[in-house]
Amino acid sequence: MADPSPKPARVQLFATCLVEAFFPETALAAVELIEREGVEVVFPAGQTCCGQPAYNAGHRNEARAAARRQLSALAGDLPVVVPSASCAGMMKHHYPRLFSDPAEREAAERLAHRVVEFGEFLVRGLGVRLRDAGPPLRVAWHSSCHALREMGVVLFAKALLAGLARVDVVPLARETECCGFGGIFAVKHPALSAAMAEDKLADLAATGAERLIAGDCGCLLHLQGAIEARGLPLRVQHLAEFLRERVHGG
Amino acid sequence: MGDSGFEARVEQALADAGLRRNFASAMGGFAARRLAVFPDAAALERLREQGAAARRRALARLPELLEELERALVGNGIHVHWAETAAVGNRIVLEILEAHGVRRVVKGKSMVSEEMHLNAFLARHGIDAVETDLGEFIIQLAGETPSHIIVPAVHKNRAQIARLFHEKIPGTPYTEEVAELNAVARRTLRRMFREAGAGLSGVNFAVAATGTLCLVENEGNGRMCTGVPPLHIAVMGIEKVIERLEDLPPLLRLLTGSATGQRVTTYVNLISGPRRAGDPDGPREVHVVLLDNGRSAVYADPELRATLQCIRCGCCLNHCPVYTRIGGHAYGTTYPGPIGKVLTPQLAGLERAGGLPFASTLCGACEEVCPVKIPLTRLLRRLREETVRAGAAGGAGAGALERLAWRGYGLSAQHPRLYRLLFACGRWLGGLMPPVAALERWGRAHAEPRFARLSLRRLFRKRGIPDA
Amino acid sequence: MPEHARDRILARLRRAPREAQPPDDAATPRAPAPGGEAAAALEAALAAMRAEVQRLPREGWAGELRERLRGRGLSSLLYARDTPWAPALEEAWAAGPERPPALVAWEGTVEDFRDRLFVADAAITRAEAAAADPGVLVLRPGPAEPRLLSLVPPVHVVLVPGERIFGTLEEALAGGGFTPPLPANLVLVSGPSKTADIELTLAFGVHGPRELLVFILE
Repeated sequence: MADPSPKPARVQLFATCLVEAFFPETALAAVELIEREGVEVVFPAGQTCCGQPAYNAGHRNEARAAARRQLSALAGDLPVVVPSASCAGMMKHHYPRLFSDPAEREAAERLAHRVVEFGEFLVRGLGVRLRDAGPPLRVAWHSSCHALREMGVVLFAKALLAGLARVDVVPLARETECCGFGGIFAVKHPALSAAMAEDKLADLAATGAERLIAGDCGCLLHLQGAIEARGLPLRVQHLAEFLRERVHGG
Repeated sequence: MGDSGFEARVEQALADAGLRRNFASAMGGFAARRLAVFPDAAALERLREQGAAARRRALARLPELLEELERALVGNGIHVHWAETAAVGNRIVLEILEAHGVRRVVKGKSMVSEEMHLNAFLARHGIDAVETDLGEFIIQLAGETPSHIIVPAVHKNRAQIARLFHEKIPGTPYTEEVAELNAVARRTLRRMFREAGAGLSGVNFAVAATGTLCLVENEGNGRMCTGVPPLHIAVMGIEKVIERLEDLPPLLRLLTGSATGQRVTTYVNLISGPRRAGDPDGPREVHVVLLDNGRSAVYADPELRATLQCIRCGCCLNHCPVYTRIGGHAYGTTYPGPIGKVLTPQLAGLERAGGLPFASTLCGACEEVCPVKIPLTRLLRRLREETVRAGAAGGAGAGALERLAWRGYGLSAQHPRLYRLLFACGRWLGGLMPPVAALERWGRAHAEPRFARLSLRRLFRKRGIPDA
Repeated sequence: MPEHARDRILARLRRAPREAQPPDDAATPRAPAPGGEAAAALEAALAAMRAEVQRLPREGWAGELRERLRGRGLSSLLYARDTPWAPALEEAWAAGPERPPALVAWEGTVEDFRDRLFVADAAITRAEAAAADPGVLVLRPGPAEPRLLSLVPPVHVVLVPGERIFGTLEEALAGGGFTPPLPANLVLVSGPSKTADIELTLAFGVHGPRELLVFILE
């Protein structure tokens, strides 16, 4: 973890379905932050959803079909940067398990090796140093479960935030606890899902920070919906958008 | 246990502020104590590896080890019985008790006996089974089931217990003093220990090499049940066997540290036989009932087999964001929490319990703490697949509409044009919420997400980002 | 189809696909704690579990024990007569003037003795071994020493020979002479009986002894 890998000349962006549908600014911000380091970003047109929604809902065949699509859309040997630890985790850890055919499995393993979560890529792949041009601000960080447990990339996001001179990052009371999204879980168990979001937002409110930064659009979608439904004076934001805002001066 | 029943109990539990507070603070306390007893993360990881390896080694040789255990137990003078189902297990226990003319048994804490519904069965046959673990005693008085596998009465506060003792135990004044409540239980149960014709217990680990039953506890009631009456009957799942005595110390550390954050329990009771010639005390007969009740079917699947590694510490409950919000009763199952969601569908069938694996965010908090490294999220996902495949009713995954939706998802994920068309529809309509009941329920607590106005492709093209 | 449940269960298990035998990485024994340190570590661990730990000189330990048990409000102390340490107890109790606790010998089997057992104040046993980590005494009841002595009376007095204190439980089990066939009962004890089943409030002596008095013989 000490030496960043050599900086690539180009990378592929895998945007994810939630970014495509609801958070396009996240993708634009991610691209901008990568490009300003002198790295070209391509957006392979044939990409769709990583397959995780189906995979976690017990629909393995549909998940495999989705995975096949990404294997072909993301062909090549460039790093694949993903602004979502959960989609990155799906591609990195679960794609190889979906295939029994040796050739497909090998292709999946090759892709898995190329996949890198956005925050990790900024730190390890690019060694970015961001100049914080924004006004003093207090924020809290939300560790998505996949960033925390499956991908182990929380430290990179935290390092990026810690590097912002005028941003005060305050800890959430139950920082390692799930926000309650869980994809199919939120649909099948809305009451539980909402109760968990409510607790997360209460923890956020208790920090005095009005903004919650996270690296996963699933959590953001879930928490933003809960904030809006309750009319709370809080805000959630993807790490990429937040970092872009800070280097622009807010 | 239908899905709607679960959901109704969940909503009831979520609406109970007191219950939520109790569980959150109790489980938070256990989690903190666990961290305090395992301060060195690297050492804990080594210990977990050791514990997981001991359990995996035992399961890899399960049939041979069970035979070895049987030989060793019999060699130690312990009677061994095999039961394929809970009903047969109950019948075996009853026959032993009837043969000895026993009308009352004292019972140590045993989740397997809960699984068998042994108390109710014995009661129907005129035998009084008295729970003697304080928590179990409390919920038996209340006519309830455990809400946690380690602290079964954790859902009750002292006022409720005070009222219960006052109403159910003759001559007991109302008191909320914990010391006094404990004294009441001690007085009441001491008489039972002295007079009971038999003691019943579970088993935490059974050591194949030595024919030893290992029972772990803090109160001493387990030692009373297995040491005072002339007859001791132990019930255990067939997966509880371990190879040898040397496997015990790491497993004990993991069990107590993970369960309650203790370095060790007050007592670890190692039973290797009935009273021997010249012994002044101990039961004259010891029986073990080895219960299958679906475990051999779990064992048949190499992936799901990991379920049987479980040592019933309850740590996954303590760390589960779902369990800590609703408590154990909402599940409506003997084993609640993450391990319950994995075990119950396998023991009770997907038809009845196939919905349970969906009641998880797959956050992985359980798997992260599991002392024997059961891959709980992988098992939950696998059981979701099984539920979907079986089209099981309990598995809320069965609806035709839902099936269709996933078929559509699969198509759109395979065909980028269709995928983009769907998102375009979302943008035109301002939302893509089909009028589906489940989504409407989600909408009660969430504002509808707003679709992006432009597709990523167009946004990127406008900025000159290449798409190949 | 096999006739017996046993055979059917075993047959089902045998039909299951076999896994490669996981590596047997067993018994990575921990570094033993040096002798003197083991006793101190044991003392600290037991004290943390609310046991009371004292040291007794090997020479004249029984008389000293009798002195230290005075004034604890105990009227009787049960002991087992056929143990190697019983003569010392009897001698010490015979030596001085009669005063509580009275030394009472267990007699016969539990069936004969049950009524007296359940009203006794205290009992004394020996620990066969002890382990500093995680802080347990290993009791080995048997023909000479009933298992209920260490359980039923509200106060349990334990003698621990200093040389029987091991660093870890692994070492105590391996080096303490607990080789198969094991005795009908072995008990690891780490403190007084306790429960936290009511509002997770710790309370002692719910079923077993309320007090555990440990005397390490030096």
